[in-house]
Amino acid sequence: MVKLTVNQKEYQVDASPDMPLLWVLRDVLGLTGTKFGCGMALCGACTVHLNGEAVRSCVTLLERAAGQQITTIEGLSADNSHPLQKAWIQADVPQCGYCQSGQIMSAAVLLRENPHPTDKDIDDAMTGNICRCGTYPRIRKAIHLAAQLQEGGAQ
Amino acid sequence: MKKVIYTLMTTIFLGMVFMSFHKEPASASAVSTKPATTSPGLPAPGADKAASQKAFLAVYKVLMSPRCMNCHPSGDAPLQGDDSHPHAQNVQRGAEGKGVYALKCTNCHQPQNTPGENMPPGNPKWSLPPADMKMVFQGRTPRQLAAQLLDPKLNGGRTKQQLIDHVTSDTLVLWGWHPGDGRTTPPLNHAEFARQFKRWIDKGAYLPDK
Ligand code: FES
Ligand code: FES
Repeated sequence: MVKLTVNQKEYQVDASPDMPLLWVLRDVLGLTGTKFGCGMALCGACTVHLNGEAVRSCVTLLERAAGQQITTIEGLSADNSHPLQKAWIQADVPQCGYCQSGQIMSAAVLLRENPHPTDKDIDDAMTGNICRCGTYPRIRKAIHLAAQLQEGGAQ
Repeated sequence: MKKVIYTLMTTIFLGMVFMSFHKEPASASAVSTKPATTSPGLPAPGADKAASQKAFLAVYKVLMSPRCMNCHPSGDAPLQGDDSHPHAQNVQRGAEGKGVYALKCTNCHQPQNTPGENMPPGNPKWSLPPADMKMVFQGRTPRQLAAQLLDPKLNGGRTKQQLIDHVTSDTLVLWGWHPGDGRTTPPLNHAEFARQFKRWIDKGAYLPDK
């Protein structure tokens, strides 16, 4: 059994330590907001937070996550009130939506470390998250919007 | 604490290769005229300029091979593959050499290699040299690289003995010979590389002529 804290809830998981965290989240814990895209750390669809840092859960083994704090898209806020979630809704970002939980989890790290990102900062943080629908302009717009919402500006 | 140690060790390792950043050619030519291991004018016992230079040229081939050079780029993006192309996904060095924001090295690179071709390689210390100690290999001539390696201001403060210890036993150095599926290894085996490195130093740490 491996002990895991996901979205502030403790779990005992009966799975092999070398199972990818993504498998644990989706297939064992039923947290299907996190998506499988490539399984090779190439697309970012599987991005979750490990102790606050964005990790690609498709290549992160359960043993690395054991005893650590995991946050998935389901745990970013209790009620969709995270500035990124509000901004995403307001800017109507998703097309098919498949990449979007990964996009938001990556953007959350950016905004935490840099509350006022420039376009270049957004490029530096987000280029690793692929969107096959090409929603990049709206992602950029929503991150700027979330930065404003985060400091209590435009509502 | 671990982070600090990793950063230090990586810094030191990279620094050892890079002495000539700001100072070539003046200091390189000054250094080259005498064995670096001795006081001016007194060759070390056993110093042998030709043997020392030859050993460094063997070392150089390893340092410039993709497994070593790809994380010692001249720019601020790591390199990938045997053609040493810039890392996909716009990965950046960052101040500490650990990437930035949602593209930090350890977001994909695990403490160990991920099995399979084109999967992320890994090591607990996976990183680039930090921005204030870049320890560039890419584009350095043998002479420049040797001078850089010997300069504590550019090699992370390492002594010659620490350089030898580093190339002999550092786990990130050793990773170059266990790089995971589908990656070529450096042109010498690790034992021979470490032997040639030590020989370079023991024979006087001479800079190659070019
Ligand atoms: S599914 Fe993990 S990066 Fe693509
Ligand atoms: S919205 Fe379809 S992949 Fe991004």
